[in-house]
Amino acid sequence: MFIINCPFCGERDQSEFKAGGEAHIERPKQPTELSDDEWAEYLFMRKNIKGVQFERWNHAHGCRKWFNMARDTSNDEIKLIYKMGEKPPLK
Amino acid sequence: MKNKYSIFSLIKNAFSYHENWQKAWKDPTPKKEYDAIIVGGGGHGLATAYYLAKKHNMKNIAVVEKSWIGGGNTGRNTTIIRSNYLWDASAGLYDHALKIWEGLSQELNYNVMFSQRGVMNLAHNLQDVRDLKRRTHANRLNGIDAFYLSTEEVKKFCPIINTSPDIRYPVLGGTLQKRAGTARHDAVAWGYARGADEMGVDIIQNCEVKGIKRNGDEVEGIETTKGFIKTKKVGVVAAGHSSVIAGMAGLRLPLESKPLQALVSEPVKPIIDTVVMSNAVHAYVSQSDKGELVIGAGTDDYISYSQKGSHQIVEGTLNAILELYPIFSRMRMLRQWGGIVDICPDASPIISKTSVKGLYFNCGWGTGGFKATPGSGDLFAHTIANDEPHKLNAAFNLNRFISGDLVDEHGAAAVAH
Repeated sequence: MFIINCPFCGERDQSEFKAGGEAHIERPKQPTELSDDEWAEYLFMRKNIKGVQFERWNHAHGCRKWFNMARDTSNDEIKLIYKMGEKPPLK
Repeated sequence: MKNKYSIFSLIKNAFSYHENWQKAWKDPTPKKEYDAIIVGGGGHGLATAYYLAKKHNMKNIAVVEKSWIGGGNTGRNTTIIRSNYLWDASAGLYDHALKIWEGLSQELNYNVMFSQRGVMNLAHNLQDVRDLKRRTHANRLNGIDAFYLSTEEVKKFCPIINTSPDIRYPVLGGTLQKRAGTARHDAVAWGYARGADEMGVDIIQNCEVKGIKRNGDEVEGIETTKGFIKTKKVGVVAAGHSSVIAGMAGLRLPLESKPLQALVSEPVKPIIDTVVMSNAVHAYVSQSDKGELVIGAGTDDYISYSQKGSHQIVEGTLNAILELYPIFSRMRMLRQWGGIVDICPDASPIISKTSVKGLYFNCGWGTGGFKATPGSGDLFAHTIANDEPHKLNAAFNLNRFISGDLVDEHGAAAVAH
């Protein structure tokens, strides 16, 4: 349980947000060319990091906009919030 | 040789004020090399070591645990045991475990307090009714005892449930598995540890794995906080931390680790003599032998290793509990805690070889692994000893995420997620 600083609405309780999982997973450009292994990588395999992870969040019960977050999953501390489309920050 | 626990040993030890009981397991320092090492000293890991020693005659093995045995999800779950899963593969897996549970206390000479008090699953809408009826039929075809109950029969079986038609999620029916029930989670870990220790297994606590050493495509050993240990076979049963261990070997798994919470109330006199689960409103409850209500809540939707969950998850569960059981409205909760569960995309476990020779994973049990502890240990031991899966866990391989042959129990079964 923590407070999230929505880049559009400001500080709100985490219960207003929906977690969207790992960020920066790119949709395959040529889906028809993909092997089964590559599909599995894209669809199912996750880093599931213990430590700082880049992930997507949606302010579902607020402005309903998406944004990115760098969060330490070992203690739920939010390191940085940045907009969709921006490159992940270097650690 | 371990002394047998019995009424006579209890009386004998009473004369020495219970101060001379034999230690249930040793506290060994790790050897330089083992034939196999199990990473993770929870119920599943200890059971794996027990069956490796007992059925596959592998005595030179060790279990390494970063904390104390049974201190992770084994000691944090709500102890529900059942096997009424929809798909054939799942039914086979979980009923295999249930059959072992039925004789486990005798086999281990350790009272795991297995109590077949029945598990009831409630239906709250028309789709629930259809799904539960379908599952009852599927269970019966697989030889699993299952009954469909009407609202009146639900009320008769558990009189404290509010079956009034005008609550927000009225009880339209339910299923009952009478062989299902609960067991004492700590005793399962301790019983398996004692049994494995007796056969020569080294149980090494406070020993965290820091790395997995590979020689090309083969495992060479593990780096731990107690030094390097050589081995050709490593079986990882690390629940929420499976992805972390996999990362050490350069592998990725289809898992997400999330907090799952549970809570217990103050102890009261016997009021509920069965286990009641309700997926639609996400509330399940049973009563421990001490008298506490044991209540399971849901998972948070974000990845976290913090063993803490959100308040609103607990609040939602308690709202549902109060609507279904108005009698509990003045109960006070004593403790609340979280555990980290590793969830697979298809909500089924992985008991599998990997692309690295000698590296095996038993993970992905998500929110419901306790019930499978004996079966999971037995099948994982078989997989490690023979380097091939048993026919009961063949479907639960890692390759299913590439082939697409998923065992999709999400929502289809009574799995509370």
